[in-house]
Amino acid sequence: MLKNILNLGDAALYCDFGNEVNRKTNLHVITYFKTLQKLNLKGITNITPSYNKLIISYDVSIIKFQELKEEIKNLKLIQIKNNEEKIVKIPVCLDDEFSLDLNRLSEKLKIEKDKIIQTFLKKEYFCYMTGFIAGMPFLGDTDSKIRLQRLDTPRVKVPKGSVGITEQFCNIYTFESPGGWNIIGNTPIKVFDKFNQKNPAKINPGDRVAFYKINKDEYLKFNE
Amino acid sequence: MSKAFFEIIRPGIHSTLQDLGRSNQYHIGIPFSGSMDKRNYLISNKLLGNKPNEAVLEFAYQGPQMKLHSGKASGVITGNVNFNIIRKNSKIDKGICYETFELNDGDTLDIMSTNKSVYGYFSIKNGFTGEYFWESCSINTKAKIGSNNGEKFEAKQKIYINKKESLSDHKKVNYLNSKIEYIRVLKGTNFNFFSKKAKEIFFSSEFEVSKLTDRMGMRLEGPKIENFVETNIKSEGLIKGVIQVPTDGNPIIMLSDHGTIGGYPKIAVVISADYDRLTQLTPRSKIKFKLIELKEAENLYKLYEIETKNILNQIR
Repeated sequence: MLKNILNLGDAALYCDFGNEVNRKTNLHVITYFKTLQKLNLKGITNITPSYNKLIISYDVSIIKFQELKEEIKNLKLIQIKNNEEKIVKIPVCLDDEFSLDLNRLSEKLKIEKDKIIQTFLKKEYFCYMTGFIAGMPFLGDTDSKIRLQRLDTPRVKVPKGSVGITEQFCNIYTFESPGGWNIIGNTPIKVFDKFNQKNPAKINPGDRVAFYKINKDEYLKFNE
Repeated sequence: MSKAFFEIIRPGIHSTLQDLGRSNQYHIGIPFSGSMDKRNYLISNKLLGNKPNEAVLEFAYQGPQMKLHSGKASGVITGNVNFNIIRKNSKIDKGICYETFELNDGDTLDIMSTNKSVYGYFSIKNGFTGEYFWESCSINTKAKIGSNNGEKFEAKQKIYINKKESLSDHKKVNYLNSKIEYIRVLKGTNFNFFSKKAKEIFFSSEFEVSKLTDRMGMRLEGPKIENFVETNIKSEGLIKGVIQVPTDGNPIIMLSDHGTIGGYPKIAVVISADYDRLTQLTPRSKIKFKLIELKEAENLYKLYEIETKNILNQIR
């Protein structure tokens, strides 16, 4: 539930849904997010959902904090249906050349590499939020057996398409970027496409996501 | 009829096309971008009678040297900038900011440097030709979005002008870029993660703008700001002006091309009215923060807008 609304600077509302990170809390956040997207209220310039917070940026010359806060407090929510959200299927190649941190995971977790992969592929994930870099999805929750902290020293360059896990989360690097997640594979698909301006992100907050394994040949041929 | 264009001889340090930026894409990881110093950007377009959101060339520190081909154009430079116009016959005219000038086929504009500031703006009558992504041509080099494939300009590239003959009446305006003694801020959402002493240090000390400062963020050096609750929070949305304090205790201010989510505690947020002047602080400048209340920040923004309007209204 929405617990509190604060100001973040003079041009954004900070909607606090508590400190828990779980699907239920996040669904509240996403319900507000989708309602606001639909309503297209005057003055709002950006809406950023995350695990348990929603930040609403506004144009200070059009609306002020107190006025927008009242509007948000009295918002008539549009209910979104849990299980009818689409499942996005993501191919992932887990060959050695892509699974940069599988050895580290196997050593630290004391689990066979194959078993880690199997455990990873078995679960269906939920998209809590996208961002940091354009289109990067933050997915959860991974099986508790394969959870590990991020790398002690982040990589300067994580290859584009890399699929990484850390703690209870999983993500996909939509661009080459610095990063510290444990990389277990790589997807050949465009998770973010700036030329598709209507739906640039293949995975959006609230979506369900499943990974399936492909081999190197299929990986190379994927975009042909 | 071929279009008029500039050939870039020397690209400068960070030359990009910018406009008022793109909104409503934070949720997929794309920040506003747009001109850093909005007021100087707006003045440049107004002096040429352009639309307020026309594409303008923004440069940082050293600007580009560029030669006009196949046309004529009126242009203007705003900010605190040293520049020359090298005529086709090699005669050199010293450039004057906030005053329009005419360029003919074969003339070269040499933007040497910004003076005690970071960003300057070169606007051209009818605007530069940009590629639009989500209604903005602003170049975001991190996400590779906007004109020029989302990259800053390099030598030998061409920048096209929307029309072949782009002349306007001679116009000028008097504007002085004022310095600011304090950057005014509001409490951040993690203000209470910091001890009384840490807050005292934050609001009484001088910080120095570090060299690691660009369109994404401004890193500060000075006394460490200690956090006594938790040095990481669950990742959540960011906006420009947010001051995050990472584990090492050195504050970072989010600027226009910032990452859209982050996991460091937010000690404070720069008020909207002080953002333009904040972005103009050069590395090694000193910076001090002053805590104010939301109402005051809202009033200061109103004042900032009236001032901007008054300057724009002087241009007729």
